[in-house]
Amino acid sequence: MAKYLLIESRDPFESNDVPYFYELASGLAREGNEVTLFLAQNGVLAARGTKAAALKAVADAGVQILADDFSLRERAIGGGLPAGVKASPLDVVIDQLAEGRKALWH
Amino acid sequence: MAKKILNVIESAYRATLEEQDDTIVWLTHAMKGAGADLGVLLRGNAVNYAVKGQDASGLSFGERKQTQPPRLDEDLGKLLPKGVKVMLVQEDVSERGIETSQLIGGVELVARASLPKLFGGYDMVWHW
Amino acid sequence: MADKKTLTFAIMDPPYENPRTTTVLRLVDLAVKRGYDVNVFAYEGAVNVPFAKQTPHANAVHGRDVEQEDHPNPKDWVAALYKEAEKRGSKIDWVQCGLCVDERGAGEFIAGPRRGSPADFVKFAEESDNTLVIPTK
Repeated sequence: MAKYLLIESRDPFESNDVPYFYELASGLAREGNEVTLFLAQNGVLAARGTKAAALKAVADAGVQILADDFSLRERAIGGGLPAGVKASPLDVVIDQLAEGRKALWH
Repeated sequence: MAKKILNVIESAYRATLEEQDDTIVWLTHAMKGAGADLGVLLRGNAVNYAVKGQDASGLSFGERKQTQPPRLDEDLGKLLPKGVKVMLVQEDVSERGIETSQLIGGVELVARASLPKLFGGYDMVWHW
Repeated sequence: MADKKTLTFAIMDPPYENPRTTTVLRLVDLAVKRGYDVNVFAYEGAVNVPFAKQTPHANAVHGRDVEQEDHPNPKDWVAALYKEAEKRGSKIDWVQCGLCVDERGAGEFIAGPRRGSPADFVKFAEESDNTLVIPTK
């Protein structure tokens, strides 16, 4: 099976296409792939409020969900991230690109 | 052997009038010409590129007329004889009220649920 | 370096319009600091990122003069990345899509980036360890 890095830069409040990307991440994980969903820019807004449940569903499918710590701080999203979502430095993207993961930016 | 690359095109009619092309369909042609091994998946609004009969002709600004309007359905179709597989997400087509009879020939409809498996068949998947 | 990698980024956004430009430069910065070689294929509006004629300005709303405002011009960030790469023993190969440069009149760009074509991008993708495409919206 393969390894994937999916970077979500859009937020589900503004873009109704975000659920496609979340479902893609979940689907890839269900197929047995190792998947990281990395939230960046406004993508981290999903980690607060009414859309957090959607992220939980993705985590429950076996996807590792990371949120860019700079993007979180920039938007004053502090502690209390939803279960399954961890703050992370952007370095992880470089790690996973260097690892050779199939990388998609949305 | 060249890496197998899937170009996923979702943004539609972004700058197609002043470019006279879709920039990613165009790039796909150019990359194919440079030896890349490519497939194309249209999703979201970009599935409309495969609809026959799009007509963007007649644009003018003052006396300046556009003489080469984009012909996106033709440009897409021209990928096929170059060996580029062109696929469309089935649900995105039907949700937009597009009948399969309205589509150019040679394109393949794929179910949204099959995308993970489809992506597995490529070395790189690029979202445009 | 034992684990030297080469990463390719394809970008499309002009500066000052959305956060993707900054995020990409952050990624290049991180890669270069690891000593990785980095390729950038600047397509469409992204050819304006290293445009040489960007100039800083004052900020009257905040009461800051030019010097105080220290307003970033992305061309300076790009130049700084080239400098960092040199310091770290890594290489940046930044290709500006030539037709994109022409149609935008963006031919004056800083030293470092070079004019090229999609063929360069194909070569980058084939020869690098990985490629990340960051599209515009």
